[in-house]
Amino acid sequence: MKEKIPRQPMPEQPPAERVRNFKEVPLGYSDETARLEASRCLQCKRPTCVDGCPVRIDIPGFIKAIRDGDFLESIRVIKLTNSLPAVCGRVCPQEEQCEQLCVLTKKGESVAIGKLERFAADYEREREQLEIRASAERKNGRVAVLGSGPAGLTAAGELAKLGYRVTVFEAFHSAGGVLVYGIPEFRLPKAIVQYEVDALAKLGVEIVLNRVVGSAGTVNELLAEGYDAVFIGTGAGLPLFLEIPGENLQGVYSANEYLTRANLMKAYKFPEYDTPIARGDSIAVVGGGNVAMDSARMALRLGSKKVHLIYRRSRAEMPARVEEVHHAEEEGVIFQLLTNPVRFIGDEKGRLKAVECVRMELGEPDDSGRRRPVVVKGSEFTIDADVAIVAIGNGPNPLIPRTTPGLALNKWGNIVADEESMKTSRKGVFAGGDIVTGAATVILAMGAGRKAALAIDTYLQTGEW
Amino acid sequence: MRRAGQYITGYTVHRIRVNEKISPNVGKMIVEAPDVARYRKPGQFIMLRVDEYGERIPLTIADVDGEQGTITLYYQIVGKTTEQMSRLEAGGSLKDVAGPLGHPTEIRNYGTAVCVGGGIGVAPIYPIAAALGKEGNRVIGVIGARTKELLILEREMGQVCERLVVCTDDGSHGRKAFVTEALAEIMAAEKVDIVVAIGPVPMMRAVSEQTRPSGIKTLVSLNSVMVDGTGMCGGCRVTVNGEKRFTCVDGPEFDGHQVNFDELMTRLNTYRDEEALSMREHRCRLEGGRS
Repeated sequence: MKEKIPRQPMPEQPPAERVRNFKEVPLGYSDETARLEASRCLQCKRPTCVDGCPVRIDIPGFIKAIRDGDFLESIRVIKLTNSLPAVCGRVCPQEEQCEQLCVLTKKGESVAIGKLERFAADYEREREQLEIRASAERKNGRVAVLGSGPAGLTAAGELAKLGYRVTVFEAFHSAGGVLVYGIPEFRLPKAIVQYEVDALAKLGVEIVLNRVVGSAGTVNELLAEGYDAVFIGTGAGLPLFLEIPGENLQGVYSANEYLTRANLMKAYKFPEYDTPIARGDSIAVVGGGNVAMDSARMALRLGSKKVHLIYRRSRAEMPARVEEVHHAEEEGVIFQLLTNPVRFIGDEKGRLKAVECVRMELGEPDDSGRRRPVVVKGSEFTIDADVAIVAIGNGPNPLIPRTTPGLALNKWGNIVADEESMKTSRKGVFAGGDIVTGAATVILAMGAGRKAALAIDTYLQTGEW
Repeated sequence: MRRAGQYITGYTVHRIRVNEKISPNVGKMIVEAPDVARYRKPGQFIMLRVDEYGERIPLTIADVDGEQGTITLYYQIVGKTTEQMSRLEAGGSLKDVAGPLGHPTEIRNYGTAVCVGGGIGVAPIYPIAAALGKEGNRVIGVIGARTKELLILEREMGQVCERLVVCTDDGSHGRKAFVTEALAEIMAAEKVDIVVAIGPVPMMRAVSEQTRPSGIKTLVSLNSVMVDGTGMCGGCRVTVNGEKRFTCVDGPEFDGHQVNFDELMTRLNTYRDEEALSMREHRCRLEGGRS
């Protein structure tokens, strides 16, 4: 019997070094390591991993190609169903999707599916060898895609490949949505996003920046002015706050604002770039998701001495990817678990100086199935902080719903769309991603964009709603 | 319909048609922004970025020319971005212009409307005064500045107001008075149905306090710190009637009687040190370049 090959780790920048730069943390597999890792795949006849993938990548298929050294074939297989593999390989929560269902998980460690996906995508991008296959056949029909995040980019790409004329409208001055304003460079290099956007442009997709549909024209006007269908992928655009005293003090940020300043506006290069960001000695981040981890790790890179991450449940309930939690911990983020902020305390000038917190304990399960945190009486204490970042999620942006009569919304204000076709209550209007689901993952948004593209194709070909 | 070829994919050129100083610290810029010009209503604003390194800043749209596809902006030279704007020449361009953003002013026939503009605030008050006049209101304008040369749009305001009171703090032009004194006299002399006040925060607060006892509807337009201007960042949050509101998507106009101005002032000062540093470095570079 041959010796068992362990799961291959991906080399990373050491923690002490990487907190002083903004470069990507995991460095990628070499060709040899990738082939070795790929050889661990059992090539199951009925691969359960595929069931865990929202876009149903032929996982054994692409891994086999890597094993055989045919790296371009592997990326070709991935791109049959996933248009942004370099992104997904980096930001998908594989441990609760494909890798969780890998047969090897039961015996020890799953195949590193995400890392292999990243390898294949990087291999292709670095060599620019894969030609982009647009359909030779042009189809009649113009589609407007609102938002250039994961949902919009995917929908636009699929529609263009089917032969439709597509225009993407983006409110910001740069395309990519959360991939550029939210996820930091050290987790997703912006050159990768730009490469994907450029690929869309090469497919003939028109990308209009700085255009806030809902405010500069409405969905109705787009439909009246020559677009045959509209896909709304505007994301979860309105930050939630804790609604506790002192939240409007100087130095209290939403994670959206903090990360947008740092990432999109490059405030980490202030004053070379003009956008400022508060750089504190001691930072308090509130939340337990990926955005909270990104904020905490960004604060370390901006020079903060102490970064506390305050989360009201325990580590087991944290929604962040395991790897992000691990990286944050390695870099020195101080985890204040089972802790909840109750008040922000300011100085006489209105600047934040501390966060008053209480300790929590886990009680009975709540609606989400997670045990509900309850306050431990008399446990108040304060954490010194000159900057606080609230990373507790987002609500839907109101600009499109407000200006689109007849568009059905749920009680939270999210757009109601059919789970399979992504059709809304308005004929010709489709929606997907966080604007429908509330804050979720990149891959789910992409899955929605893909489904919508197929449904739009059917609609435009048949005219049937 | 958008014209074919209007957009190079990913990039639109916002060509500057006119850029001139209309006072020592205020510039007027007319710039191409066809989408904004097409959809804009009084009270709305844009976000702009001068160049690739630039900050996104909000500016009220003072006027539009739909046929030309241009918008008119007035900017007070207070920091690096506006200083850079003042150096741009006709034929040059702004990197980004996005808008129109924010709720338009609710224009209807209120009866007698007093439009109070202080300093650069005269620029956003001007289109509102014009629109209120068109809707049949009796519009009284009150505009003020520290001194004569800082006063802007006096002639334009005169054209759209039935009566215009001009004040300067030092008496160098018009009356030697604060705008609040002029407003007090108007309120004493006649029934006022609505006051719209735009200017420095202390002025808007003072006007709101002045109209509070008589309960005259008072609108103020806030200039909060913003990054995106579309609801995404929450940096522009203000407390209105005890609730958190976003200036960009819930405003920029709010009931002056309900705004927490103290908090607004504090939040506006968040980046004072950084803004000063940015301006200092900018000046250094400019001076270095000349020597």
